[in-house]
Amino acid sequence: MTLLQVRDLTVNFDTADGTVTAVDNISFDLGRGETLGVVGESGSGKSQLVFGITGLLAANGRVTGSARLEGQEILNLPDHKMNRIRMEKIAMIFQDPMTSLNPYLRVSDQMAEVLQHHRGLSKRAAITESVRMLDAVRIPEAKARVTMYPHEFSGGMRQRVMIAMSLLCQPDILIADEPTTALDVTVQAQIMRLLADLQADFGMAIILITHDLGVVAGSCVDTLVMYGGQVMEKGTTEGLFARPTHPYTMGLLKAVPRLDRETAQLETIPGNPPNMMDMPAGCPFVPRCEFADERCWNERPELKRAEGFKTRTRACHRSLEELA
Amino acid sequence: MTNISLNPQQPKTAAMAERMAEVSGRSLWADARTRFLRNKAAMVSLVVLILVALFAFFGQYLTPWDNETIDWNVLGNTKELGRPSLANGHYFGFGESGRDLYSRVVQGTQISLMVGVVGAAIAVIVGTIYGAVAGFVGGRVDSAMMRFVDIAMSIPYMFVLILLLVVFGRSIVMLFVGIGLTAWLDMSRIVRGQTLSIKNKEYIEAAVATGVPTFTIIRRHIVPNLLGVVAVYATLLVPSMILTESFISFLGLGVQEPLTSWGALISEGVKTMNYGMLWQLFFPLTFFVITIFAFFFIGDGLRDALDPKDR
Amino acid sequence: MSDETILKVDDLKVWFDVKKQGAMPWVKARKLKAIDGVSFELKAGETLGIVGESGCGKSTLARAVMQMLPVEAGSVVWLGAELVGLDTRHMRSHRKEMQMIFQDPLASLNPRMTIGQIIAEPLKTHFPSLSGDEMKKRVQDVLDTVGILPNLVNRYPHEFSGGQCQRIGIARALVVDPQLIICDEPVSALDVSIQAQVINLLMDLQKETGVALIFIAHDLSVVKHISDRVMVLYLGNVMEIAPARALYAKPMHPYTEALIAAVPIPDPKREKAKQIMLLDQDLPSPLDPPSGCVFRTRCPIAERRCAEEKPLLRDTGEDHKVACHLR
Repeated sequence: MTLLQVRDLTVNFDTADGTVTAVDNISFDLGRGETLGVVGESGSGKSQLVFGITGLLAANGRVTGSARLEGQEILNLPDHKMNRIRMEKIAMIFQDPMTSLNPYLRVSDQMAEVLQHHRGLSKRAAITESVRMLDAVRIPEAKARVTMYPHEFSGGMRQRVMIAMSLLCQPDILIADEPTTALDVTVQAQIMRLLADLQADFGMAIILITHDLGVVAGSCVDTLVMYGGQVMEKGTTEGLFARPTHPYTMGLLKAVPRLDRETAQLETIPGNPPNMMDMPAGCPFVPRCEFADERCWNERPELKRAEGFKTRTRACHRSLEELA
Repeated sequence: MTNISLNPQQPKTAAMAERMAEVSGRSLWADARTRFLRNKAAMVSLVVLILVALFAFFGQYLTPWDNETIDWNVLGNTKELGRPSLANGHYFGFGESGRDLYSRVVQGTQISLMVGVVGAAIAVIVGTIYGAVAGFVGGRVDSAMMRFVDIAMSIPYMFVLILLLVVFGRSIVMLFVGIGLTAWLDMSRIVRGQTLSIKNKEYIEAAVATGVPTFTIIRRHIVPNLLGVVAVYATLLVPSMILTESFISFLGLGVQEPLTSWGALISEGVKTMNYGMLWQLFFPLTFFVITIFAFFFIGDGLRDALDPKDR
Repeated sequence: MSDETILKVDDLKVWFDVKKQGAMPWVKARKLKAIDGVSFELKAGETLGIVGESGCGKSTLARAVMQMLPVEAGSVVWLGAELVGLDTRHMRSHRKEMQMIFQDPLASLNPRMTIGQIIAEPLKTHFPSLSGDEMKKRVQDVLDTVGILPNLVNRYPHEFSGGQCQRIGIARALVVDPQLIICDEPVSALDVSIQAQVINLLMDLQKETGVALIFIAHDLSVVKHISDRVMVLYLGNVMEIAPARALYAKPMHPYTEALIAAVPIPDPKREKAKQIMLLDQDLPSPLDPPSGCVFRTRCPIAERRCAEEKPLLRDTGEDHKVACHLR
């Protein structure tokens, strides 16, 4: 059975200038222990997608559609139920760990509180468990450091603390929203390695949200490419990187300079990121797409199985031959 | 320099057409204005304030009575004869000393508004320049300038004000001097704090890297970006100036006869409250209260309109 | 690129005074050695990439070269003239020759000014005798060069996207025809698809005008793509400096190796097969750097000698310099 089944998920925001659709009809499945990468640039709606699922939208946001966790609908649940799910079933880590760590409380207190509340452990047992978890995320001298305050840790260590905390209740899903964007490459490599090792140990599924194609390539089994709130293309990571079928994915892969190759001139995607207040009627990528025609401007492409592929889906009017 | 075409998304012909006319921009001020105009409470307050100002300037023309003549007939029996009356043209009735209260309120409004606006203006100008210089130059200069402010602030300012008025005599000039001396201190602290945060912005660094002289940076880059905060604080400062003046006048140390102000009029009204001449308190107090409220609402409106979070 | 050296930095040191919070005024401040003896040269029309992790001093180095920070010791020779210790007035005359672009495109533009006013500011500062029309003409030309429609001069920064704001920042740097532009993380705040546009713009401009670039970034792939030579910084010290191709093909310093290995490559097959050399621990505090080689606490091959003696930057031939005892 799929662990998380998302169908037609749409997130709208009411603003002074009208309704903005940040996420537009997105569907995907996530199985136990799988890793799904969600790639997109600013304004692609990748973060709002997971905020929508986990009930963390801003006050003016509304989510519709369906998201089922083990068959149970979790969209728009009352707060107290969602809180339980967020801690015990779906955990989240963010780009800036300080947004979820209380700067005035010791790490030990924050971690123990979670365990006492959700797993009914005694304070002493909770602290022991916390130390064990900090050990698991390879924080040196965890026993001594557990009583420190969040600001006493470095950026990379703080992200480790955050990961340890999110895994306390052994969630089924870990959502990582740009977990390494604020970190240096060497630390990023440590954290990505850590996440992979923890996944092997704990068996949780991971949704990794990032703008970095390299990070996705290294860690995700499946990848979903978003643009302007919609899915452009979805498939296995290896297949998608080897043979992209959507003009946006193709452009994106060509636009990044690579360490393993010599390129005289980067190919660019012309134009600017999408303006959510003013989206075209058809495909969101159309103003920047070199293959766009009349139909692309007026008619929204559906996400369909790509011809000649087993699992790949794409949202594009133009056939694969036309793009070649 | 030769042209390199680097904007492939723009078809040539459309580009040519668009090049013809310069497009005008929408400044942050214009944005803020739009937001401010949408704020109903602030707009109503603005209208009220304009009416009060018009009253101060032109109110005198609407009555045959002036603010000096004492009606000796009324003086002995103000309670009976001095009531507000449309019939005899004494709209607000008579004041304590047998003078037309309407004219007195017009006069008081002039003085109180002037004290408020001039006091706030001094605070804004001195405080902004002082704070911006201290914040931007930084280092020892900043320490010295701000320690001076700390010391000045640690002196109880009402005490200083009262002392000034007692020693140098009670006059409206002395009142301005006294209020002006102290009002800019808070402003300079607020401005300095803002300057410190603006100073770290990259556009300041860009100006420094280009070699723009220090005072040009303050004038061109710091001050315009401070004005939002300053404007909000200034609108809140006006009523506090009016309040200060009223308090001083209430104590009898402020504006002296034959001049008057809201505070002085309210003080007089309070004295006769027990004799049933409530109108003497009611009219000046009403003007006082609605003006203060109007300024507060406008300040709130400005803060919402200029709030950087909305950008 | 010519052989003329336009910038020569020699043993540059930038130290900051750091006081404990709430310390008494007479307590002596500790010295944070943000830049501790950096030397390099830059030729006309060349691009020097500077890489390193956050806190390695790369932004500080840029600002020290531009004399925007007090320099502790060392020299910066720009077009034959010593800049360190120059007074404000004399320094100003050099400022038009070296310009800077910044990381956060929107924050580097004054929100209260139109982009026309923003781009004209360097002109007003350095060529006050220009007439209004000449200035406007120049601003429009340079806008055209960076790919912004010149009729938008009266627009405000917030009306543009991040990528466009960065183009405007580049236009501001370009308007006085500088010989050097220091780019401090110019693309790291931009979206992937916009990064390539800005990188191409910078490279095209360099071809066109022969301007030299110092390109600071933490993204090694970008630096490799744009640079002729690359300098690797760690805790304010140069670890390695070499032609870009040589550095990436044959890194000599263990830190450079680790950095390159840590960069994720957008190719799942390679990425999964890759053996990453993970560095232990975090960056040591720059207030209390390790003795000897500053990298030794995280170095996989460190020996006793590394703790005792600071390695000097030595030439291994073909313009490839490295500061390591063991390589």
